[in-house]
Amino acid sequence: MKQNRALQTFFNGLIKENPVFVLMLGMCPTLGTTSTALNGLGMGLATTFVLFCSNMAISALKQFIPDQVRIPAFIVIIATFVTVVQMFMEAYLPALYESLGLFIPLIVVNCIVLGRAESFAAKNSVGLSFFDGVGIGLGFTLGLTLLGAIRELAGTGKLFSLTIYPEEYGALIFVLAPGAFIVLGYLIAAFNKIRKA
Amino acid sequence: MEYFLLFIAAVFVNNVVLSQFLGICPFMGVSKRLDTAFGMTAAVAFVITIATIVTFLVQTYLLVPFHLEFLQTISFILIIAALVQMVEIILKKVSPPLYQALGVFLPLITTNCAILGVAILVIQKEFNLLQSVVYAFSIALGFGLALIIFAAIREQLALTKIPEGMKGAPIALITAGILAMAFMGFAGMV
Repeated sequence: MKQNRALQTFFNGLIKENPVFVLMLGMCPTLGTTSTALNGLGMGLATTFVLFCSNMAISALKQFIPDQVRIPAFIVIIATFVTVVQMFMEAYLPALYESLGLFIPLIVVNCIVLGRAESFAAKNSVGLSFFDGVGIGLGFTLGLTLLGAIRELAGTGKLFSLTIYPEEYGALIFVLAPGAFIVLGYLIAAFNKIRKA
Repeated sequence: MEYFLLFIAAVFVNNVVLSQFLGICPFMGVSKRLDTAFGMTAAVAFVITIATIVTFLVQTYLLVPFHLEFLQTISFILIIAALVQMVEIILKKVSPPLYQALGVFLPLITTNCAILGVAILVIQKEFNLLQSVVYAFSIALGFGLALIIFAAIREQLALTKIPEGMKGAPIALITAGILAMAFMGFAGMV
């Protein structure tokens, strides 16, 4: 039963409450970092790490945080893990850190992270919060990687930097800003259609 | 002249929403009606300018001299959250009509990534204090411009017939995409 509940929480985040296609939270990194599949994947994994760490920390500390100051307290906990990710990436993945740039510190104000802290971690056990964080995080990663892959393939003819077709046939607009909005718009429409069917 | 170029670049060429992807949540969230778009713009312009001044001073006179740059993210977000609270309390006391107009938007602003984004950007770009203020204010105007144009389009969009699957978010995103394409026309101006 317990295992069942964990699995359910996990898949809930991955599909039913997918943060990119269904909840539509955290739009800024979704659009801003997905010019290639690899960037999307990197951003997704960084957010996943922050999500499950902050979820677990907040769930563990929930008895000690007074209700009136819970939002600032949550933000400090989240900001701590974001700083950890930021320093880790700067040291070990400098190329990825360079291309994600500003969006790494901006994980702090990603509505998904604070949203899950408030709506899930503050009410559930540490274990369940972990599964929720991983599920939502991987759902986010999945959405970002898919969006990045489509934009990279349509724009430059590459997929994870492997050439699929010659670059001259790509439409550069997909890698630029307008492509992000348009591809995400069609993806959400397609996801809605699949979910209803 | 230098400040004018900074202004044009921030408002049109590198529009904060349509080319830098900051502040998308309020851009999508409060753009259904024109009057709320104006209210949100005013609130953002107000907070972003004050927040940038305070974070700039904290960075220059506190974090750098004591070698605490790694605390940047934590301290900036706390300053912004506290500042938003403070602005809310002061406005309520000093100018009730202004509070009435901006009140509902203020709590939403803490999680507007444009605020934290600009505070970090001016440090990364190594602007001085005056440049930072001009830049922050221009960013807010650019945000307002995009928001107001988009709200006007969406008011029209509400009256048109849209295919079932495209209703709501998808059509809004595609409209934003076309708007972003229009703003690309400004590239190369500065």
